[in-house]
Amino acid sequence: MKKLFVTLLSLALILSLTGCGENENKNCIVIGGSGPLTGPASEYGEAVKYGAEIAVDEINALGGLQFKLNIEDDKHDQELATNAYATLKDKGIQVSLLCVTTLPAIAVASLTNADGIFALTPSASGDDVISSGEYIFRMCFGDPEQGVFAANYIRNKALAKNVAVIYDKSDDYSKGIHDSFIKEASAMGIKVVADTVFTSDSNTDFSTQIKEIKDSGAELLFMPIYYNEAYQIIIEANKQSCNTIFFGCDGLDGILRIDGVDNNKLEGVYLLTPFTASSSDSATVNFVEKFKAKVGKEPNQFAADAYDCVYAIYNACKENNITYDMSAQDIGNILKDYFAKMSFNGLTGNNVTWSANGKVSKSPKTYCIKNGIYENVD
Amino acid sequence: MRFLSYIIDGISLGSVYAIIALGYTMVYGIAKMLNFAHGDIIMVGSYIIFMMVAKLNLPIFISIIIGIIACTLLGIIIEKFAYKPLRNATSLAVLITAIGVSYFLQNGAQLIWTSSTRMFPTVFSSTINIGNLQIPYLTIATIVVCVLIMILLMIFVNKTKTGMAMRACSEDKGAASLMGINVNKTISLTFAIGSGLAAVASFLLSAAYPAINPTMGSMPGIKAFTAAVFGGIGSIPGAFIGGVLLGIIEIFTKAYISTELSDAIVFAVLIVVLLIKPTGLLGKKAKEKV
Repeated sequence: MKKLFVTLLSLALILSLTGCGENENKNCIVIGGSGPLTGPASEYGEAVKYGAEIAVDEINALGGLQFKLNIEDDKHDQELATNAYATLKDKGIQVSLLCVTTLPAIAVASLTNADGIFALTPSASGDDVISSGEYIFRMCFGDPEQGVFAANYIRNKALAKNVAVIYDKSDDYSKGIHDSFIKEASAMGIKVVADTVFTSDSNTDFSTQIKEIKDSGAELLFMPIYYNEAYQIIIEANKQSCNTIFFGCDGLDGILRIDGVDNNKLEGVYLLTPFTASSSDSATVNFVEKFKAKVGKEPNQFAADAYDCVYAIYNACKENNITYDMSAQDIGNILKDYFAKMSFNGLTGNNVTWSANGKVSKSPKTYCIKNGIYENVD
Repeated sequence: MRFLSYIIDGISLGSVYAIIALGYTMVYGIAKMLNFAHGDIIMVGSYIIFMMVAKLNLPIFISIIIGIIACTLLGIIIEKFAYKPLRNATSLAVLITAIGVSYFLQNGAQLIWTSSTRMFPTVFSSTINIGNLQIPYLTIATIVVCVLIMILLMIFVNKTKTGMAMRACSEDKGAASLMGINVNKTISLTFAIGSGLAAVASFLLSAAYPAINPTMGSMPGIKAFTAAVFGGIGSIPGAFIGGVLLGIIEIFTKAYISTELSDAIVFAVLIVVLLIKPTGLLGKKAKEKV
């Protein structure tokens, strides 16, 4: 037992020593964050890690200001994320990417804020994250903003007067968009004629919901849900010849890549998303190529948000002549003031701005599926 | 009109439950064990049929036959390696093994086919229209196939020699083997038939609800098990009636009461039925011999 203890202790010592070794960041600003690199949510963590790495590599290749990136694994767990933050502080973190997912981000945000370190989370969309303090900002949309945007788009393009909604009541993302959409739609005179639900336990049979939607006479079905269920709903609607317009949010991105998908059934489906890998925009093409070469698959929205985070921080540092030898608190104070007034062009939007409470303002792009590809219909 | 169309939806969903329940009840009636891996054999069947149709572009009927053969083989293999060594063990040990096999199949499928959902291509998408009422061909096919299988099974079990051997094993294994019946072989055959039925169910299930993923079998499996208990486990017509009733109750609760509570209400109905009639609707009263 004693022997084991001694071995463990010496092992810990060696590990902490190597930690110190890494700490000698030669002329680099240290950026750090944590995300689920293993476990069921690892898809998101990996996307953020690789997206941010590509941006850092590009920036470092430019010469001038140099970044060093540390992404720790938090397995989408609050306690592990708190530990990861302690590790990052040991590594001399100066700017934070906070956490990839909302729950750990809430735990870490208050610590980061108390330390006066500036944090820009790529993907933690819950509003509780940015309300933790003045140093916390985010790059992605909040869920409710998508609902508001969708309602506005439907009214401005006069897509429909009577809409039906189907959403997953057991999922916070879906519920968040749904609630804000219903509120916004009724405020602007769009009539919600059917409001149907399913849950993660009842996500295979949609026949009763479609029947209700069809009988309600809705011209458009709003689906703030993920693509697997959305596809099944569209198939069921097709079977019952319920010919509404289908309108989804960023959860639908990926629907064309489902194995066995019938593209003909998806003709004319609308979706909102801040980023799509199939865009022909040159910055996106460059990013998608690099990501594919590095990871072997197409980047998703999270990867693009992470890439944008690093560039937004880079731009802000350059504008304010921030250097690697400044303290994290000095950098934090400069960045938090500057972000509230800066404007940024990135993969996930142009003229992106932030309010002082950390909320991002950018418009998602609207796409319509035509002949099996996304077509921009802003 | 809407009421009628809900009934049709309910019968359609219920027939799929019924076919799965037939597999459960077959194995339970003869081998006296609950094969909890039945739902996962259905999942494997769905993947195999999907691969044949979508990747190799084989005609649907040939794909179904390949699926039936593959599932039958899978059933025989599972029986040989997981259940046969436990022939004389307690029923609890067999039950736990069945749960283990279920996890094995789910995780195996995740390794081979990954966890991302695939979509089964649409087949028989046309409908018969009577006034405003739409009846999909698939629904009719499902009901016909289900009734046909039920009748064939009943004839097989009640009229053939092998069927007689099965009933003998179900009543008393020891006495059956004294009469010269090969009990092991008979039970293996039961599994083979049950698994073959699972492949038919996988096609009908996937054609109606296209999402295919490694855990797709568990929920229909549990529902079908409920249907089998509802109708009286061990009884072939009971499984059919239980399945259809369960499907109708589920659709009606979704339509008229609440989508979120549908499962809770379905299972509550089961509890009520079991309180009033503990052996299920068509179950035989088992005589306990001391």
